[in-house]
Amino acid sequence: MTGATPDTLLYLDGVTVTFDGFRALNSLSLILMPGEMRAVIGPNGAGKTTMMDVITGKTRPDSGTALFRHDHDLTRLDEPAIASLGIGRKFQKPTVFETQTVEDNILLALAGERRARRAFRFSAAKAEAGRIGEILETVHLSGQRDRLAGGLSHGQKQWLEIGMLLAQDPALLLVDEPVAGMTDAETEDTARLLVGINRTHSVLVVEHDMHFVRALGVKVTCLHEGSVLAEGSIDHVSANPRVVEVYLGR
Amino acid sequence: MIRALLGDRLVLVVGFAVAAVALAIGIGNLIFPTDSALHAPTYTVSLTGKYLCYALLALGLDLVWGYAGILSLGHGVFFGLGGYAMGMYLMRQIGTRGTYGHPVLPDFMVFLNWKELPWYWYGFDNFGFAMLMVMLVPGVLAFVFGWLTFRARVTGVYLSIITQALTFAMMLAFFRNDMGFGGNNGLTDFRDLLGFSLRSDGMRVALLWASAVALLLGLAVCRFMVASRFGKVLTAVRDAESRVRFLGYRPEAYKLVALVVSAVMAGIAGALYVPQVGIINPSEFAPANSIEAVIWVAVGGRGTLAGAIVGAVAVNLLKTVFTANLPELWLFALGGLFILVTLLIPRGIIGSLGALRLRPGAKLGDDPAADAGRA
Amino acid sequence: MEQGAARLVPPPPIMVVSRVLRGFAVVLLLALALAGPARAQGEGGPIPALATTNFDELSRAIERLALSGHPQALPIVEALRDGRLMFRQEDRAVFWRDPAGAMRDAATGEVAAGVAAGGLRPLRLNNRVRRAIDAAVGALSLSNADPRVRLAAAERVFRSRDPEAIPALDSQLARETDARIRRAMEAARAAAILASDRAEPEKVAAVSVIAARGDLDARGLLAGLTGASPVVADAAAAAVAAIDRRQAMVRIVQDVYYGISLGSVLLLAAIGLAVTFGTMGVINMAHGEMVMLGAYTTFVVQEAIRNHAPHLFDWSLAFAVPLAFLVSALAGAIVERTIIRFLYGRPLETLLATFGLSLVLQQAVRTIFGPNNREVGNPSWMSGAFEIADITITWNRLWIIVFAAVVLFGLMLVLRRTAFGLAMRAVTQNRRMAASMGIRTPWVDCATFALGSGVAGLAGVALSQIDNVSPNLGQSYIIDSFMVVVFGGVGNLWGTLVAAMTLGVVNKLLEPVAGAVLGKIVVLVLLVLFIQRKPRGLFPLKGRAVEN
Repeated sequence: MTGATPDTLLYLDGVTVTFDGFRALNSLSLILMPGEMRAVIGPNGAGKTTMMDVITGKTRPDSGTALFRHDHDLTRLDEPAIASLGIGRKFQKPTVFETQTVEDNILLALAGERRARRAFRFSAAKAEAGRIGEILETVHLSGQRDRLAGGLSHGQKQWLEIGMLLAQDPALLLVDEPVAGMTDAETEDTARLLVGINRTHSVLVVEHDMHFVRALGVKVTCLHEGSVLAEGSIDHVSANPRVVEVYLGR
Repeated sequence: MIRALLGDRLVLVVGFAVAAVALAIGIGNLIFPTDSALHAPTYTVSLTGKYLCYALLALGLDLVWGYAGILSLGHGVFFGLGGYAMGMYLMRQIGTRGTYGHPVLPDFMVFLNWKELPWYWYGFDNFGFAMLMVMLVPGVLAFVFGWLTFRARVTGVYLSIITQALTFAMMLAFFRNDMGFGGNNGLTDFRDLLGFSLRSDGMRVALLWASAVALLLGLAVCRFMVASRFGKVLTAVRDAESRVRFLGYRPEAYKLVALVVSAVMAGIAGALYVPQVGIINPSEFAPANSIEAVIWVAVGGRGTLAGAIVGAVAVNLLKTVFTANLPELWLFALGGLFILVTLLIPRGIIGSLGALRLRPGAKLGDDPAADAGRA
Repeated sequence: MEQGAARLVPPPPIMVVSRVLRGFAVVLLLALALAGPARAQGEGGPIPALATTNFDELSRAIERLALSGHPQALPIVEALRDGRLMFRQEDRAVFWRDPAGAMRDAATGEVAAGVAAGGLRPLRLNNRVRRAIDAAVGALSLSNADPRVRLAAAERVFRSRDPEAIPALDSQLARETDARIRRAMEAARAAAILASDRAEPEKVAAVSVIAARGDLDARGLLAGLTGASPVVADAAAAAVAAIDRRQAMVRIVQDVYYGISLGSVLLLAAIGLAVTFGTMGVINMAHGEMVMLGAYTTFVVQEAIRNHAPHLFDWSLAFAVPLAFLVSALAGAIVERTIIRFLYGRPLETLLATFGLSLVLQQAVRTIFGPNNREVGNPSWMSGAFEIADITITWNRLWIIVFAAVVLFGLMLVLRRTAFGLAMRAVTQNRRMAASMGIRTPWVDCATFALGSGVAGLAGVALSQIDNVSPNLGQSYIIDSFMVVVFGGVGNLWGTLVAAMTLGVVNKLLEPVAGAVLGKIVVLVLLVLFIQRKPRGLFPLKGRAVEN
């Protein structure tokens, strides 16, 4: 592992998280460079979601370093502060605001003022409305603009959440199982979308679907029991006998 | 903005209804003679005024429960504090007309053999100061309470239980004679307000109209908050608080604003309530009172501003009818209402109406708003 | 005996000097008595000496008699006190009239045949003689065969601080075997010495003897010491301070005990909630009413026993405990099937529905049993109190502590060692997995809720023994119960135990400082602040499962 050089985007080193004696993360180390997309794979309980929890401030590690853009200590910041730094997250279980319209979901996520006392504004400004239209176009939800998000299908909710990530416009996107429950066609679509996003954003994507990971064509990190088991190209990692043993199966 | 404010047709309907009823009853009382069919007895005037105060309390409660997902079982604290602030002003207005005729000290202080006014009673002879306190005291308490709890991320039932403990503690405290608020008996025997006798019909109608105006203003404020971007964030906080954090919002700030506004509304409701019923005592802090206010909102439909008002008036009408005719059955009815509403119409009257109208396909009971308390 | 005691009041100061002088006389006499009983006999023994009209002689004779250890001394002195003692002028023979009117020979106590009261001279009393009588009765009580009388006599001397009692105490101490009475007598002797004009070292020693007693009487005596020399006064002041420290300790221990007692009540009230709220996540606002049902079951059981089998009254709780459990458990099962099960995963709704239920149950009980308190009696083995080291312990409180412990450990046993407990934990941790393993989760939910409610019923039996049984019984405990469960950390019975005890003890320790109501408010506020710092309680469960 190299040290945290000034040009790293995300720097995790020796991160350990324990729940009641169970080591969810065991001295995990991972580096992400600006503009990079990384796929993280690993069996259930490998610590993928816990890693995202640490990065987004939901879980405080027992020990270890977690730096964003070299000088922001993620272990000392809470979720809103980290989100404001430019880390966006899509959850494993799609989490959208079900009682609000698709448009309002995107509106809430749009980058901009977050303070309560500045929130007494009404209809979205023209620029905002235009941006929302663009995003909905990108995630194929233009036709659903005025529907309540709760009425969307599972796949549509996934897309809406990705749309919210786009609206948030973060430097780093954490995407947890984006294609779970999607058809093959939707999966390919999502892969294309993520590759497109990656042109302007850094992405860390957790996924089980090996076809999807292969379609992304990026560097892969395999986690096992809370630490990195293997790292490299998809072919390199899937050839690793330990990865085959613990994850891919013989 | 105006369009957003007027966007909820039910709110408009209920608002007009409140204004019309208050006007009609007031005019019916003052202008039509006692034997006229259009005459409204003074009793009705005060009763309606009382309902409107309850409706304002319910509206405030709905703002935090229906829109922010904070089920407060202690809104009686804010209502009661507003009421006590008003009661203190009214006590000072009694002057030498009390039983003991003391020019400064209220009767109960003379009775307790106190020699001077406690410092926290200073200024309450001034109406403006008292009205400021009506809003400031509940507001500050709500701010401190909310600041502590929301930052610690106390949510759901835990928060509810703490609010209940808060009102319980408040009740115990106000029962104490040495708190200086009249102990058990509270504050009563009020004479006049701003120099006008509280017993005059004119004053009663004025209080009714003041309650109606306060309620309509409250409705406008709530609608303003709910329809704005603030309301969207607040609803998002209610449905998925942690998700909102990951978007960079601080839910505690939004909840705090809602709670403080709600508490101030409850305080004003209490202040208008006290001169109309003529007494304020610690039983206003009883946990059962606060939770009863919750059922008004539940019956009317939480998360709908019109529902809070409809629910408060409907349940209290029911209570008036029951306690007059079948007093021993009232608690069965109220208890049954709690059970049936939560089991059968969790969205309340207005919520169910709205759902039927807006989304014919939506099934009752599986609306996420109804699960606002979840996790 | 008691009449004599009642008159033994502390003397006015002016009399002390003469008393002390007489004390010396007594000591002298004692020395004589011990040195030469034969010589005393030679003067005609103590009884003929009573046959005198001279008050001074009579007083001395009484003192002599008291010290003589004469078996008839007490009836004689009592007869003298009551004006029933008389003597025959000619041979100085002394007789007393018993309550039946018969004349008895003072020397033997036998009925003296042929002696008539008319031929005898009654002995008259003046104040000096009366004082001598009182002292004699005190001294004689000290040597009484009945240990309780001896103890009471020693306590009387301790309070009266009569220096004249010192010789009697000395003689009795020489043969006293009962350790408790010895301590009382030593303290009494020390008290008397402080009131005497004995030498300073002896008084200092006396101060330490009294200080060892350590109670409020000792403190009062030492604090009220007047005219003592500086050395003695210093010793007394130091002893008073030591007693104050000890008393403060006793108070704290007592408060802690009361706290544990309150804590066990809270534990009982909360433990059922720990099951329903802690393991099922169900907010049952009607939990207090389940407690109330248990209390009313106890009332009904007692009524039935009073009416049909009064001799079984002491066994009433043995019937009430299982019945209360069953009644509340059944109520819980019905509630779960008809209300709760439709509201799983919606805690706020559950809260409202169960609050409504609590109103209905309260009103139902009010309709059936009336709004007033119902009388539930304590069985004899739960009545009364005893004392350990200045701390009064009532039997009912003690039994409730025991009962709470039994219920807690019984519940733990059920949860950890039975198949039902295993199924319950499985459902709590992973409902779907449990269901797919063949566990009938709806049945487990129902049984769990019934168990929690049944335990509340048990609490009701206990509460009926110390609190008013009224429709409001449950309401007064529900907030405290929730506080205990939340404070202890949800889903952890040990946490519930620690939380209940902590709240109980803190409450009782605050009470003397802040008053009962303010103390309760302070506890509530502290608790609210605590929950804000640690929202998951003292013993939180950690991990991902908690988040969902």
